Amino acid sequence: MSSIKPKHQRLVLVSLALVAIIAAGLLAAWALRTQADYFYLPNEMMDEPPEVGRAVRLGGMVAEGSIERLPDGVTVAFVVTDQADARVPVRYAGILPDLFVENSGVVAEGSLGADGVFVADNLLAKHDENYVPRELKEMAEHQGASGPQQTVVGYE
Amino acid sequence: MSAELGHAALWMAAALAILQLLGGALAQRDAQAPLAALVRPAAMLQGFLAVFSFAMLLWVFAITDLSVKLVATNSHSMKPMIFKLSGAWGNHEGSMLLWVTVMALAGALIAWLEKRLPEKTMQATLASQGFVAIGFYAFLLLSSNPFERLASPVAEGNGLNPLLQDIGLAFHPPTLYMGYVGLSVAFSFAVGAMLTRQVNPEFARVMRPWVLGAWVFLTLGITAGSYWAYYELGWGGWWFWDPVENASLMPWLAATALLHSASVLAARDALRAWTIMLGVVAFSMSMLGTFLVRSGILTSVHAFAVDPERGSFILALLAIYIGGALLLFALRAGSVSEGQRFAAVSREGALVFNNVMLCSILGIVLLGTLYPLLTEAFDVRVSVGPPYFNPVGAIFTIPMLLVMAVGPLLRWREDNIERVRAPIAIVVALIVTTALLVVLASTTDVGVLPLLGLAIAVGLSVASFLPLRGRNLLRTPLSIWGMVLAHFGIAVSLFGMASESAFTEEKLVAISPGETSQIGGFAISLESVDPIAGPNWTAMEARITARRGEGAVEVLRPQSRHFFAPVQQTTESALLTRWDGQLYAVVGAPSPDGRWQLRLWWKPFVTLIWYGGLLISLGGALAIVGRLVSDIRRRRTQARDDDEREELESLRQSGAIPAGSTT
Repeated sequence: MSSIKPKHQRLVLVSLALVAIIAAGLLAAWALRTQADYFYLPNEMMDEPPEVGRAVRLGGMVAEGSIERLPDGVTVAFVVTDQADARVPVRYAGILPDLFVENSGVVAEGSLGADGVFVADNLLAKHDENYVPRELKEMAEHQGASGPQQTVVGYE
Repeated sequence: MSAELGHAALWMAAALAILQLLGGALAQRDAQAPLAALVRPAAMLQGFLAVFSFAMLLWVFAITDLSVKLVATNSHSMKPMIFKLSGAWGNHEGSMLLWVTVMALAGALIAWLEKRLPEKTMQATLASQGFVAIGFYAFLLLSSNPFERLASPVAEGNGLNPLLQDIGLAFHPPTLYMGYVGLSVAFSFAVGAMLTRQVNPEFARVMRPWVLGAWVFLTLGITAGSYWAYYELGWGGWWFWDPVENASLMPWLAATALLHSASVLAARDALRAWTIMLGVVAFSMSMLGTFLVRSGILTSVHAFAVDPERGSFILALLAIYIGGALLLFALRAGSVSEGQRFAAVSREGALVFNNVMLCSILGIVLLGTLYPLLTEAFDVRVSVGPPYFNPVGAIFTIPMLLVMAVGPLLRWREDNIERVRAPIAIVVALIVTTALLVVLASTTDVGVLPLLGLAIAVGLSVASFLPLRGRNLLRTPLSIWGMVLAHFGIAVSLFGMASESAFTEEKLVAISPGETSQIGGFAISLESVDPIAGPNWTAMEARITARRGEGAVEVLRPQSRHFFAPVQQTTESALLTRWDGQLYAVVGAPSPDGRWQLRLWWKPFVTLIWYGGLLISLGGALAIVGRLVSDIRRRRTQARDDDEREELESLRQSGAIPAGSTT
């Protein structure tokens, strides 16, 4: 390679770098289309359910009176709704996030089971009264039901 | 009063940044321009004023001045002092002020200390630093003034998000910002060198310690942030491929590539345009990261201080600075003269390969991070997580790590692969043996990536010390030690990551006090769950005992905390660290029948992830010291040589000239 002129060496380097980076880009584009988790609202999940087992996310409100703890003590069943007719049953085994309450927004990461129950691996609820997952904020339904109000609590 | 002083200082600093830009720009036309001499003092004074302004912000937080809006919305008089202070940067305005302060400080430091470059290049560099600073001062002063007063003071503040009331968060943002914004120096040097066409080894030698410094802080910041997320969020994970995490990883990848290509430029005068390009890219990634984090345009578990309206302001700044620098690069890259040649099998060849791999990984992370934004334009909402990042990233990371094991053994310019056959054989043998051992020994199914990770980590940990072979260890330059340590740190960290994902045991149980469970060879027993109170919270605290074999009984106390201001619950994990891993416990809510949820993990060698990060930073720090020492020494010898030559010259002249003439 040492016989190559500097100008040619630069050309070779630039083209190699470009090839690698374009390959990375194409690979990324392909992988993104197959691996990205799609976000569903409850009515979308009712109308066009994703394939069973595919990782997706479901966002909505926790329906009032729907939180139920199963006898094993660690699994929780609840219903995610868009506050209209769509209701998707969800099952989650794990520690519930802080601020997971009825009539509050939640994003469940997981997949739809064969029995039509959404099995969540992870639940994202609001962090606090200031921070809400953006997808929740966008849901118009959310406006009606905010969590703990901004309060200034005195301290004894 | 202090708030007004801070605000005024900020305005003056902004004015000085303008002066710095004007002076530096005029100096490019006429070195004798009256403003040219003011560039360095302006940069130093600007740094001082920004620091003063930040000190004033700390002060109003320290005394909880509730007439300042930022304090009222983010602080609380009952908070412990350390969290009052850290609360100063736990919000949008404060963190932007910290950003600007670090930027001004970096500019002041180069103005004060850096005397090695031609003055004209320095002035161009400082002008660029001032130019970037102006945009962020404008952002701060016009749209997010941290010193804004309330019309009437409130009785009590709203408090700080409890997740942020943690010692890790007191240190994580400042270190991360020093790294993030410290890269602005690399950007400015690159712009300065392009403007004055001074892209040469001397420039790389000058830039390198600054890049290394920023990189060390960035590494520390990422390490600290990862550990914070690990124990504070209570999810047992240490990296979520979250946009905010990616925002810090991208500049790190670019800076890593930059400091390696700067080494090539410094030692061998090759890769000129490429180094300049990376200097621009690294800080562009910092600004992009700031935009992603500050604008709240992406959903993140770490984003605590977001404001979408301000996003467009940062986006405009981004377009001006990144676009401008890239345009300048496009105009000037052709005129950057050709560097030295080198063979494919050479130190340079290996470094170029790794540079390309790092940039490919950067591209993959960037695309994955921005993809949700792209699809949103078509009204499709997606999120991108580990199933994308891990395998796709690994395709480029694994070749990079393999070349990294061999690269430091190669000679500059041209080498023969035969010469390094023995070390390569050792490393390959180690990798294959480890992989086989893991496959044979493990009872569970270890994934492909963790398996490769473990094997490469073992091979790399040995390979990283091979550059010391045949050297006198006492006389080995510090910078070599730095490289060895940093590369070893990568291996250590990789081992921790691979081990964590290959062998972690997880268990979720609901048990009543007095009952027991089992995980990772530990006998776990829930003793009791009691209410306790802290300064600004109450909690349910579980008392869990853990005992391995016949060993001592250890107590873990995970809590479920309830904060008053703001009202929020958090889970506080409890960790039991052993040399070979960590036991991680979280307590959840009680069920009506009196049982408590416990989530337990046994994570073998997980701590190595962060020890590795520390080693990498330490390696970087050693390299800085080593480079500075050798640079000073080189300068001294050069100065002495020059003196001697001058003396010789004068002697020769005096020999030619009749005696009695003075020299």
